[in-house]
Amino acid sequence: MDYVKLIILGLITLMSAIASSWAHDLAYQVHAALIMIISGGMFLWVLRHTDEPKPLADTSRYADGVIRAGVIATAFWGIAGFLVGTFIAFQLAFPELNFDWGQPFTNFGRLRPLHTSAVIFAFGGNALIATSFYVVQRTSAARLWGGNAHWFVFWGYQLFIVLAATGYLLGATQSKEYAEPEWYVDIWLTIVWVTYLVVFMGTIMVRKERHIYVANWFYLAFIVTVAMLHLVNNLSIPVSIWGSKSVQVFSGVQDAMTQWWYGHNAVGFFLTAGFLGMMYYFVPKQAGRPVYSYKLSIIHFWALIFLYIWAGPHHLHYTALPDWAATLGMVFSIVLWMPSWGGMINGLMTLQGAWDKLRTDPILRMFVLSLGFYGMSTFEGPMMSIRAVNSLSHYTDWTIGHVHSGALGWNGMITFACLYFLTPKLWGRKQMYSMAAINWHFWLATIGIVLYAASMWVTGIMEGLMWREVDDQGFLVNSFADTVSAKFPMYVVRGLGGVMFLSGALIMCWNMWKTIRGAEPAHAALPAATPAE
Amino acid sequence: MDTYSFLRELADSWVLLAMFAFFIGAGVWAFWPGLRQSREDASMIPFRNETPRTVSTDPSGTRRPAPDLKKGPTDD
Repeated sequence: MDYVKLIILGLITLMSAIASSWAHDLAYQVHAALIMIISGGMFLWVLRHTDEPKPLADTSRYADGVIRAGVIATAFWGIAGFLVGTFIAFQLAFPELNFDWGQPFTNFGRLRPLHTSAVIFAFGGNALIATSFYVVQRTSAARLWGGNAHWFVFWGYQLFIVLAATGYLLGATQSKEYAEPEWYVDIWLTIVWVTYLVVFMGTIMVRKERHIYVANWFYLAFIVTVAMLHLVNNLSIPVSIWGSKSVQVFSGVQDAMTQWWYGHNAVGFFLTAGFLGMMYYFVPKQAGRPVYSYKLSIIHFWALIFLYIWAGPHHLHYTALPDWAATLGMVFSIVLWMPSWGGMINGLMTLQGAWDKLRTDPILRMFVLSLGFYGMSTFEGPMMSIRAVNSLSHYTDWTIGHVHSGALGWNGMITFACLYFLTPKLWGRKQMYSMAAINWHFWLATIGIVLYAASMWVTGIMEGLMWREVDDQGFLVNSFADTVSAKFPMYVVRGLGGVMFLSGALIMCWNMWKTIRGAEPAHAALPAATPAE
Repeated sequence: MDTYSFLRELADSWVLLAMFAFFIGAGVWAFWPGLRQSREDASMIPFRNETPRTVSTDPSGTRRPAPDLKKGPTDD
């Protein structure tokens, strides 16, 4: 086995050495050199340890090491993503922050995809991978399937993040929103993602529980759908195998439709279905009560799956896309409101009989707030997808506000709550080091989100109204630059909201550090492996 | 008939019907009266399997004591 590994690693090292020398562009060259160093290092490590006896993993325990790593990675990438986000928010308010000495690497255009990918895929993705591995083991009463493949998923995903992030800074992008990484990074992510699917499915296959708990359905839908979206939206042909540039297979309105089919379902399945998987496990756990209605959760799942996939065309109102397609997307978006609120109600009503815990438990409060934001943004979204509303809101900051009330409020808050739940459990502590710090985090983040969303509503609607304002002769009243200068105060408020959200997350990291430091990793034993009858 | 028209007609008729039927079926299945017990059992899954003492491999949801686990030397 070691010899096979050595041959493969040796070939990768050789190929990337050639690639870095023949590279057509900087991003490709840096990436090839990076892969050469990593695979070369692994080659040497395997070589030095060849034919040594391998320590056997203890299969009577849950595989929690990868989850511990995932928890730390989530916190790390969260800080990185929030920091870049706050910085680019101030770049919009104060353009001088596009420093001359940093051009072109640190201008807004390159940092913006770094921010979106860091928060969605690095912070959110690591949170999803870590919690899904935790939940699938606990609800299946089985150790992660596939030996050490889960470690490949973790480190492979980190490599994907590093390649994507450095690629943006060095100018490699295929210009598709939320799908910017170029062809070779896409291929690498496909390999990692398929392994993730195999590990997750394998664990479900060997489960000791008869029923597959609903959280796993949501996680599985997230993994399968993201695989499908990723493959279709990234169909492209590289210009050269020694360069990062590629050409899309689709063109024109087909390309736009594919992109927003991808883009909206990235929201629907990455940021919604996956995070609902978290909700269905961690909210009942933290409240100490089973989910309000298991039947409703089944309806919630199937309705969400059946509806979300059609909602993408609402991103393309008033474009070359046929009207029937845009109308279809709009109608499905509005129908989607029902399963979304069904899910929110299911989560909130889980607290029935445990509402008093909200007074004493800041973690539960975070879960409830995240569900509140989920409900709010899944009401706002369908409303904005209506063509008449969209004609005002599209291309304005209202959209940015909507996205952030969902991303910071729903995804951010539920992830923080999960980290607070998992950290003491995984490191064998009774609870987090400081409960007061969780309270501080809660309020800083909440006020930060409120400042963010409110300022973006104001500036978005103002901007939309200014763009369409005409005088009695039918001429437009405002130039584009007029709207930009009118938005300045709101941009500063938004930046301050970001600073508050970021400081809350920094407090969380300090709290996690104090909880973890000096603690031994906890060993969670599997329930005895008696076969199901 | 060209591919587009064929797919469009298929999507508007049989595929639409099949998907609706599946969805209604899932709804009926969720609320099937005979399965009430197993729904309640399923909702309790998050509260099991954490301590080695309790297992619920029995479809009826009853718990049985587990034999002692040997403590292995290595971590995961």
